[in-house]
Amino acid sequence: MSDEYRPYTLVAELTYRCPLRCVYCSNPVEYTRHTDGLDTADWLRVFREAEELGVVQLHLTGGEPVLRDDLEALVEGARAADLYTNLITSGIPLSRERLARFRSLGLDNVQVSIQDVAAPSSDRVAGARVFERKLQVARWVKELGFPLTLNVVLHRENLGHVEEIVALAEALAADRLELANTQYVGWALVNRRVLLPTAAQLDGARRVSAAAHARLRGKMEVLFVMPDYYSEFPKACMDGWARRFLVVSPDGLALPCHAAHTLPGLVFENVKDRPLEAIWRDSPAFNAFRGDAWMPEPCKSCERRAIDFGGCRCQAYLLTKNAAATDPACSLSPDHGLIEAARQEALSAPDDGFEYRAPRPAVRK
Amino acid sequence: MIALDSRPRLAPKARIRFDRKTARYLLLYPERGLVLNPTAADIAALCTGEHTVHTIVERLTEKYASQPRAQVERDVMAFLATLAERGLMRTDP
Ligand code: SF4
Ligand code: SF4
Repeated sequence: MSDEYRPYTLVAELTYRCPLRCVYCSNPVEYTRHTDGLDTADWLRVFREAEELGVVQLHLTGGEPVLRDDLEALVEGARAADLYTNLITSGIPLSRERLARFRSLGLDNVQVSIQDVAAPSSDRVAGARVFERKLQVARWVKELGFPLTLNVVLHRENLGHVEEIVALAEALAADRLELANTQYVGWALVNRRVLLPTAAQLDGARRVSAAAHARLRGKMEVLFVMPDYYSEFPKACMDGWARRFLVVSPDGLALPCHAAHTLPGLVFENVKDRPLEAIWRDSPAFNAFRGDAWMPEPCKSCERRAIDFGGCRCQAYLLTKNAAATDPACSLSPDHGLIEAARQEALSAPDDGFEYRAPRPAVRK
Repeated sequence: MIALDSRPRLAPKARIRFDRKTARYLLLYPERGLVLNPTAADIAALCTGEHTVHTIVERLTEKYASQPRAQVERDVMAFLATLAERGLMRTDP
């Protein structure tokens, strides 16, 4: 297979279990249906097979990856395969001792997420009292000599706090700050009415972040990810379907993106049944949206099709019930009215509370 | 501007590895990577904090004898600037 389709990054979703209940969690809404089906040996084989395929970056994520008792062995195996290994954690439950062990086993980077800049608002979004503990973990990360990525998912309740978030990241000496606007899949779509910001809120935040980006250049990388609900064209979701990223879910499904198993009609194969290389190359699900043969108009004849690949398949499906539609986030999409309606709703969205990530059927708070 | 007598050192978050697929060296850091051409790979390998920029230019001029020294110096400076801009380099005094 040509270099056009070479995975550089493996996203290893080690478990969907998590002590938190974030209202924008991108895990499947039916996450309890997926159990931790891969044992230590399975994961280590997946890491080696991924490296053979060309992967150089590994994200150990979840759910909450530190809930796995074998994370030490996984970090060690990842480094043995010479993968640049990044632990993506909420910081709960993580001790300084365990972090130090990860350090000595060669873990390269730690990403800690916080929800906001103060305990009450942050904890409200996480659904648990964890803010102070998260800051503690972030400080340990730096004390132990790791690079620190601080990740904050943005939405209407915290978009006004970007200046304070930057200051907090500086105080923590973060090496990278990800200001990622909520992507409306998983629990975030359930909560879209209360999360989606207005254009004005977004503009303010974008300006603050651009200034921080310029001021901190060379010291801290400041990344602001626009929500595509407010962009003229969609993002190149995952850099294109099954092109640069490979995701393996807790139960062992190989996926082109972490939300792909919400798409009907695609059969995703399990890494326990087939080598990763064969899945990457031959699996009909991986080939379903490669290239441009599958594209409808207006994508098919659009000059941006090699730039954004028609946008996000999951978003297309979630909003139009057709996974092969042009992403409605695109202003050229015939379904763009759905996005405009959501923006309109954001102007007047009443705060009627979140629905927390919970085993379904969920209870309204 | 990077001083000729400074001693550049890769930031702790950056790691060099060989890529079998492209037969190039990669400079990996969180979420990203730079593909290094042979000259850049040589420069990066010398960014250990022991060598001054001056020494790095010397070493590369020896190795790439067909290239004028001024050109090599420009290449070194440009690559170090790229690293600095991405926070991938420290300069020890
Ligand atoms: S988004 Fe929140 S609830 Fe979901 S896995 Fe991450 S920390 Fe857990
Ligand atoms: S029409 Fe399709 S290819 Fe063109 S910008 Fe919109 S999503 Fe991208």
